[in-house]
Parts: sequence; C-alpha cells; structure tokens
Amino acid sequence: MQSSVSTADGTVAPVPRLAMHFASLEVQNHAARLGMWLFLATEILLFAGLFVCYGVYRFLFPEAWAASSRSLDLTMGTVNTIVLITSSLTAALAVHYAKEGKNKMVVVQIALTLLMAVGFLVIKYFEYSHKFHVGTLPGRFYFYEGIQLPGAPMYFTVYFCSTALHGLHVIIGMIVLTFAMVRAWRKADFGPNNYTMVELGSMYWHLVDLVWIFLFPMLYLV
Amino acid sequence: MTPSSSIASPGAAPAHDEHHDHHPNYLVDGTTIKSWLLTVDHKRIGLMFLFWVLLFFLVGGIFALLIRVELLTPGPTIMDAMTYNRTFTLHGLVMIFLFMIPAIPAVFGNFMLPLMLGAKDVAFPRLNLLSLYIYLAGAMLALWGMLNGGLDTGWTFYAPYSTHTTTTVAPVLFGAFIIGFSSIVTGINFIVTTHTMRAPGITWFKMPLFVWAIYATSCIQVLATPVIGLLLVLVTVENLFGFGMFDPARGGDPVLFQHLFWFYSHPAVYIMVLPAFGVMSEVVAAFSRKNIFGYRAVAYSSLGIAFVGFFAWGHHMFVSGQSTFVGGLFGVLTMLVGVFTAIKVFNWVGTVYKGAVDFKTPFAYFCGFLFFTVFGGMTGIALGTVSLDVPWHDTYFVVAHFHFIMVGATIMAFLAALHYWFPKMFGRTYHEGWGLVSAALIILGFNATFIPQFLVGNNGMPRRYYEYPERFQALNVASTAGASLLAFGFVIIAMYLTYALLYGRASGKNPWRSKGYEWLTESPPPTHNFVGPQPTYPEEPHFYVDPKKAEVPDAV
Repeated sequence: MQSSVSTADGTVAPVPRLAMHFASLEVQNHAARLGMWLFLATEILLFAGLFVCYGVYRFLFPEAWAASSRSLDLTMGTVNTIVLITSSLTAALAVHYAKEGKNKMVVVQIALTLLMAVGFLVIKYFEYSHKFHVGTLPGRFYFYEGIQLPGAPMYFTVYFCSTALHGLHVIIGMIVLTFAMVRAWRKADFGPNNYTMVELGSMYWHLVDLVWIFLFPMLYLV
Repeated sequence: MTPSSSIASPGAAPAHDEHHDHHPNYLVDGTTIKSWLLTVDHKRIGLMFLFWVLLFFLVGGIFALLIRVELLTPGPTIMDAMTYNRTFTLHGLVMIFLFMIPAIPAVFGNFMLPLMLGAKDVAFPRLNLLSLYIYLAGAMLALWGMLNGGLDTGWTFYAPYSTHTTTTVAPVLFGAFIIGFSSIVTGINFIVTTHTMRAPGITWFKMPLFVWAIYATSCIQVLATPVIGLLLVLVTVENLFGFGMFDPARGGDPVLFQHLFWFYSHPAVYIMVLPAFGVMSEVVAAFSRKNIFGYRAVAYSSLGIAFVGFFAWGHHMFVSGQSTFVGGLFGVLTMLVGVFTAIKVFNWVGTVYKGAVDFKTPFAYFCGFLFFTVFGGMTGIALGTVSLDVPWHDTYFVVAHFHFIMVGATIMAFLAALHYWFPKMFGRTYHEGWGLVSAALIILGFNATFIPQFLVGNNGMPRRYYEYPERFQALNVASTAGASLLAFGFVIIAMYLTYALLYGRASGKNPWRSKGYEWLTESPPPTHNFVGPQPTYPEEPHFYVDPKKAEVPDAV
C-alpha cells in the first residue's frame, strides 16, 4: 500500500508490515493504540487497588501516617521525580524522531531514557537499603525505634508494596524500550508510517511516570 | 491438505470442502501438532480452549460429585473434614476460574466474534494464542498447588484465614493471578476487534447481540480483573512474608480484603452470565424464526448490567458490620441488575411470542435457561434485601441461588452454544433425539440438585459445613440424587457429541437456516474465514421474515 519512504538520515525505511487480517495500515495502528490504552487502563486499576489500601489505612492511622511520611527522604524522592519526568520527555522525543525517520536520534533518546531509568533505580536502591538498615520495614519485619505508633508498620507495607510494584514496572518499561532501541539501531526500522512500536513503548513509559507522580505526593509529601 | 491427512485434527470434515479445494477449512489446513499448538487462527484457538475448558469442567464436576457423596450422610461419609475443605475449595476454584469465566468468551467468543464481524481474525492473533498459554500456565500452577498440600480457604480466600493457614496458598493464588492476565488479554483483544474490525455495513447497531454481550463482558474483564490481581498478590505476599496488609493483629482490615475481593468477584458473575445472555439472544431468534424483539434494549441492557454490576459488591457484606444505610444502598443497586436482566427476559419472551418455534436441542436449553435465570434472578432480588439476607447469609440458600444463576444459566447457554454452533465448528450434525433427551435430563437433574438446597438452606443449614444435623438428611440425599442425574446427562452428551464428531453427517453450510452473520460463510469456515474479499452485510443481524406474512420454514 505505502511505498518506501526515504528517511531523514539517508536510509530507506522499510515498507511497514500490514498484517493479513487488517483492512489498512491506519486501522492496524488504531487497533494497536487502542489495545495499549486499554492495557494501560488495567495497569492504572492495578495500582488503584493499592491507592484504596493507602486511603483506608491513612484514615485509620492518621498520626502514624504523618510521622512515617516525614521519615522518608524527601530529597531523594524529589530527585527521583525530576529524573523520571525528564525521562518521560526523552521517551516522547524518541517518538517524535521515529515519526521523522531519524533512527539514530531514536536510539539516542531511548538510551537517555534508559540511563535515567537506571538512575531512578539506583536512587531507589539507596532509599531501600537505608530502610533495611534502620528497620522501617513492612509488617512483622518492622523494628524502627523512632516511630512507635500503631499503624507505622502498615505504612511501610503500603510503601514497599507500591514502590516495589512501581519499580517492577520501571524494569518492564526498560525492557520494552530496549527492544525498540535495538530495532532502531540494527534495522533503522522506524519512519513516518512505521513508528507504532516506539509510540507504544513510550506510552508505557509515560504510565510508569504517571504512577510515580501519584505515588510521590501520596508517600512523601502528604 | 487432502482429507486423508486429517487424522491429527479432531473432527475434520472432508465431506464439505469439495467445492473449495483451494480454500481448505480451518480444521484440515495444516495437520501437524505444531500447526495446532502454534496457530494464530482464532478458530483453532477457540477449539483448544474448548478442549481445556471441558477437561477442567470434568475435574470440577468430579469434585462436585465427591462433595455431594460426602454430604449424603450427616457424619463423615467418604473423607475427613480437611479433605472436604480442600475438595470444595478445588471445586469452586476450578469451576469459577478455569471453567465458568473462560467458557463462553474464550471458546465461542473466540470462534464466533470475528466471523460475526466479518473479520479475518481477532485484532491481535498472537496475543490470542498467548492468552491460551497464560491460562494453561496459571491453571497448572494452581492445580499443582492444590495437589501438593491443597487449599482449605474456599475459593474466596477470605483474610485473615488465608494469610495464616498452613496449606499451600501462594502457588494457588499466584496461579489465579496468572489466569487473570489471560482474562484481561482476551478482553482487550475482543474490545479492540469490535472497535476496529467490523466489516463494511456492520454499524454498532447491526452487530449481532452475541457480539454486544461479549463486548460488555470484555469491558468488565478489563476493568475488574486488575483489582483482584493486585489483591491476590497482596495476600500471597502476606501469607509468605507476613506484611500484615489484611491481618487484624497488625492493624490490617479484613473487611478491606472483602471490599477489594468482591469489587472483582461480583462483576465476575456477569463475566459468566453476560455471554450466556448473548448466546441466548442468538438462539432464541434462530429457533423462533423471528427478529429479536427490542434489539437495542437487549444490546443496551448488556452494557447496563456491566455498569451496575460494579456497584453491587457490597451486598456480599451485609453482615460484615457495614452501616444499615450502606447495606440498603447496595441492596437497591443490586436490584438494578434485576431490572436490566428483566428487560432481556421480557424481550426473549417477546421474541418467542407468535414465532414459528423450531423445538431443537438449543431451544430446549433456552427453556431451561429461562427458568434458571428467572428463578435464580428472583432469589437474587430476595437476597439483595438486607432483612432477608441476614438469616440466609452463608446458608445453602445462597449456594443454591448462585448455582442457579451462575451455573444453571451459564451451563444452559454453554450447552445451547455447543449444540447451536456444533455444525458451524465441525461441519457435522449430532443426533437430535439424544440431544433432547440429555437436555431434559440435565434440566431435571439440575432442578433436583439445587431446589432441595434452597429448602435446606431456608431451614438453616450453613454452607461449607462438613457435618449436619439428622433433620437435613432427606433433602441432602435428594440433592445428591439430582447431582447424579445431572452427571448422567453430561455423560450422554459426551457420548453422542464424540460420535457426531467422528461419524456425524455433513451438516451443510447452514443447517438451521439461521440468519446469523456467522452462517454466511462455509461450515466449517476456511482458514481466513471467507473466500474472496471481505464481505459486506446490508441486512440486520437477526433478519427473519415475519412468519405470519411469508414462508414458514417446512421444518416446523
């Protein structure tokens, strides 16, 4: 249907693959995007369950919640927020360059995104190891002397469950983006008609970012 | 591709593709094991789901019979109390997560949805195959856990018991979590297929009602399943590490568990019955030879049930200490489901009215279905009333109610779908007489099993109890007798359908002379569903000529 399109960095973008069962490329891309949106909705609902737990226990243990929240390292949390939001920008730029067929720039932008993702995880590692050290741990592992309010272990149950689940999503997002990067690098595959993979990977990354934007104020600021 | 090489594919029907030698039907197009296991054809995936779903139905059914035998006498009969707990947990778990939820969407939804939309496949064929393997992986993990230690919590895994019991909670719950992924993937696939792959001419209000039902079901699957996924993970983590999320000893709230659990598991009931409603809309139109009465009302009421189904979970917690106001509110919201269901029931009855009824096996199941839906639904309204639910709570009355609506209605629809679409799927016909006999046996057996349970529950026998007072015995014996009748009916079906699969007459393209879109292509369909270009559909989906005005089919 589409002829080969010459891309900005001189290579010839391959003809996009239209699967047998779709009427046109437009419909195929629409289907891919719709599927991704639905999937992201399920991801948000997955976290929503944790938000409900957070809300209920915050209502039951307001003092413990306030005290525990203050015990978190606000600087590390803020730096992590900035890192993650910036990585969302580079992920979006990757889509932009993929649309223009600048595959090298796609590689660069995704590499930057991955770099920041690693940075995020490293900071998270330091936060976690500090907590393991002082004993602000979930449930029966809690041994921190500083906060002796009922409900404080529950706060850290919610904290660890939600940040660990988020961290898992960071790792999954990194894997997805790595696949897109390898394709841009090895095959120079993306162009004006064929950028769905980068777009979907980037959408997933925005979700990871978005969830953190909810988790950060909930856990660190409130 | 020759018919003689079709031994590896079950039920290949070589008799039918003599006109289309260059377009072999999907059963004989590729006969190696690999061509089945790695297929992306939605029809083959549907058949593989059918195989597994039936296998798990057999497993769950055997455990149901073991429960009934155990309850034959007031004291211990064939097993000890712990085995009994594990047996009813396994029965519930297998039947709900491995049979009821995937039964109609994953088998008939997969097979029929693209055909009904004039599409060559679902939107994401490889994801579709993946959902089968995710389902199997989860099933294997859960069953492995059940066999290595077992689980005694009941299928509801109520905390804090489930977080403290020493039986194998973790693998079973994690298995259920994985199965949930399969459900989500299937739901996303069907929604996207419905949105993007309708053939020219099929507008939203020209979609067959089965498609509407599957669409509404998929919405529930996508919106509800993640919540229980999270919950299962939290309980698993708590059981393994003692995080205390739902443990009252550590400040956790077990009622929060119930809220999150029923937020999924109540809509899950509609994941089971909405596809059943969809099947029945197709069957009732086809065998009354009349266009469905109130097409739009039936279509919208599917969405209505899906919507209000999300606001009814609190009726599982009338006795959990929630306020009277909240109890009343959830009671009213629960009854709204009854309103939407009544819309459907009246429209089905309106369709049969003055129709030229062709009383074939699927229609027999429709009759049983109508009874189970109305009876089960009415008892549901009664249970939605707080003052009535309090004495009935956790008695056999509830067990009988949810078996009527979930199991009765869904099994009727599953069997109706199996018989109605059997010629479409395999290109062969079964013996009509045996079909009617077994339908009668199953409907009778079902009533005989569960009507005594209504009575015994109303007399006060609690559910899940291993022993019971002497005075409940007569009704329990009646119930067990009914269960054996039911099982006998299924054995007959298994026999004549297997026979039909192997030796049945070729059915021809459209043996029912149905107007459903799926019958416009060959039976069984060719690999890519249609020969030639994508078809167009100018007519409405259930466009039967008015029997009073025009030709009455000679089969009547």
